[in-house]
Amino acid sequence: MNLADGVQIVSFALLAAMMLGTALGVVLLDNIVYSAFLLAGVFISISGLYILLNAGFVAAAQILIYVGAVNVLILFGIMLVNKRQDFVPVEKAWIGKAATALVCLGLFGLLGTMVVATPWTLSSAPIAGDDALVVIGKHFFSDFLLPFELVSVLLLMALIGAIVIARREYLPEEADQNPQLTVPERPRELTTGGNR
Amino acid sequence: MNPGIDLQASFVQALEGFGLTAGAAKTVWIPLPMVLMVGAVTVLALVSTWLERKISAAAQQRIGPEYAGPAGMLIPAADVIKLLFKEEILPAKTDPWLFAIAPMLVFIPIFLSYLIVPFGQNMIITDISIGVFLWIAISSIAPIGLLMAGYASNNKYSLLGGLRAAAQSISYEIPLSLSVLAVVLMSNSLSTIDIVQGQADYGILGWNIWRQPIGFVIFWIAALAECERLPFDLPEAEEEIVAGYQTEYSAVKFMLFYAGSYANLVLSALMVAVLYLGGWESPIPVGLLANLIGVSEDTAWLQVITASLGIVMMLFKAYLMIFIAILLRWTVPRVRIDQLLDLGWKFLLPVSLVNLLLTAGLKLLFPVAFGGPV
Repeated sequence: MNLADGVQIVSFALLAAMMLGTALGVVLLDNIVYSAFLLAGVFISISGLYILLNAGFVAAAQILIYVGAVNVLILFGIMLVNKRQDFVPVEKAWIGKAATALVCLGLFGLLGTMVVATPWTLSSAPIAGDDALVVIGKHFFSDFLLPFELVSVLLLMALIGAIVIARREYLPEEADQNPQLTVPERPRELTTGGNR
Repeated sequence: MNPGIDLQASFVQALEGFGLTAGAAKTVWIPLPMVLMVGAVTVLALVSTWLERKISAAAQQRIGPEYAGPAGMLIPAADVIKLLFKEEILPAKTDPWLFAIAPMLVFIPIFLSYLIVPFGQNMIITDISIGVFLWIAISSIAPIGLLMAGYASNNKYSLLGGLRAAAQSISYEIPLSLSVLAVVLMSNSLSTIDIVQGQADYGILGWNIWRQPIGFVIFWIAALAECERLPFDLPEAEEEIVAGYQTEYSAVKFMLFYAGSYANLVLSALMVAVLYLGGWESPIPVGLLANLIGVSEDTAWLQVITASLGIVMMLFKAYLMIFIAILLRWTVPRVRIDQLLDLGWKFLLPVSLVNLLLTAGLKLLFPVAFGGPV
């Protein structure tokens, strides 16, 4: 075994342990903020696994999109929605937890058997390595053109929807309730959800 | 294109001369550039804190640091020693784990990004094909650290500062990436080495700043916002929210934030040099001068001169940008948070999209000047 193989095995073990640990933490911890931060750990270890598989671009994209955008938005959501509410302890809550654990273990067993039982066919094509970027780009504009364009239209729809919700320039139920006493300008309270 | 000095190859060869195997020699080499880079970056960041003091003093007609060493140059060292020996203060009801992890999450990605900063043809830790994209991706981790610091401090000013910092860096990352994309479009590569070589042909006239003036301005504004420098230092605006997410930090943890912010400024300035100012190339190409005198480009002493000149050029360009940033900080007032977000989303984003479109169109029209077909 040479140095490169050793490094690869050790880093795989570390990344796998880190991913499993953080993923379990996301599910099992009670504090939702911890879960959100640990989710970033899961994404980062997944991107480490991509690097081990020679997929540098996918790894960087994983970090940029999942850690830098999705996870930050989740954290924003948690920190802006500051709802303090005491949990009322439920009688026999362990039944629900046991059922969840059972279902999850069953799913895990099912997927595990599937992974072991399936005769995977390994691709014999050479690893793209540094040219992966070009290969991905060519796929986007040839055989994967339709999904690519559909995803972009979907994102555009989400974008426009978000802007429409955020602007709220015209609120039909308020138009006739409040007489216009102020200068014709969009009132500030509406954006922060004041006394509507 | 002459390969220039390849330190790795010569080092490995020298060790093999002592009887080591090729693998062992490479193993000895691997940590060297990393350690060198971390040390160098720390020194560069310290130098920029000294520059900050001196230039701010000059802008306000003061003298600035004077007695610690020649022209107060030992002030940064004194800062470091002071912060190392200070007491770690953990305010009541903080979250000790998150409080400790947050500065590292901000600090490590910045130092990791120096992987792709080239100081010469072979003077780079690793020339990977995704190059600048790695920098953009890694720097998107920092907002999580800022949010974490804001949350863990158990202080409303910290939380506000953390939220502001995250919102700001998310908003300005998009124009930043789009202006980088326009440069990448012209260089046909994400690798920093290829981007510099795309500007190497005509000396100062071939630099990207002439072909990407709009992109250059957008990049610099967005980079200042990413570094939380003054026109955009909302997250730590002291009149409003004490010191933002750093309010409760002291000693080494504060030093990590502080060093991280200056290292980030140096990194952004270096990236401006790489993307728009021709990287390690001199305004007049060294190869041209060598040909005029009649010296071959492969001469050993000329290569040493070229390599050192490359490092000097790179640092000169970077510190020129840092000088502009510091001068801006001490002359321009701070924008409001709504002005900041307006500028990012309503002005920079559309303009950078138009810039990208324009670059693509020009590339189709004049393939000779704008990269041409791959």
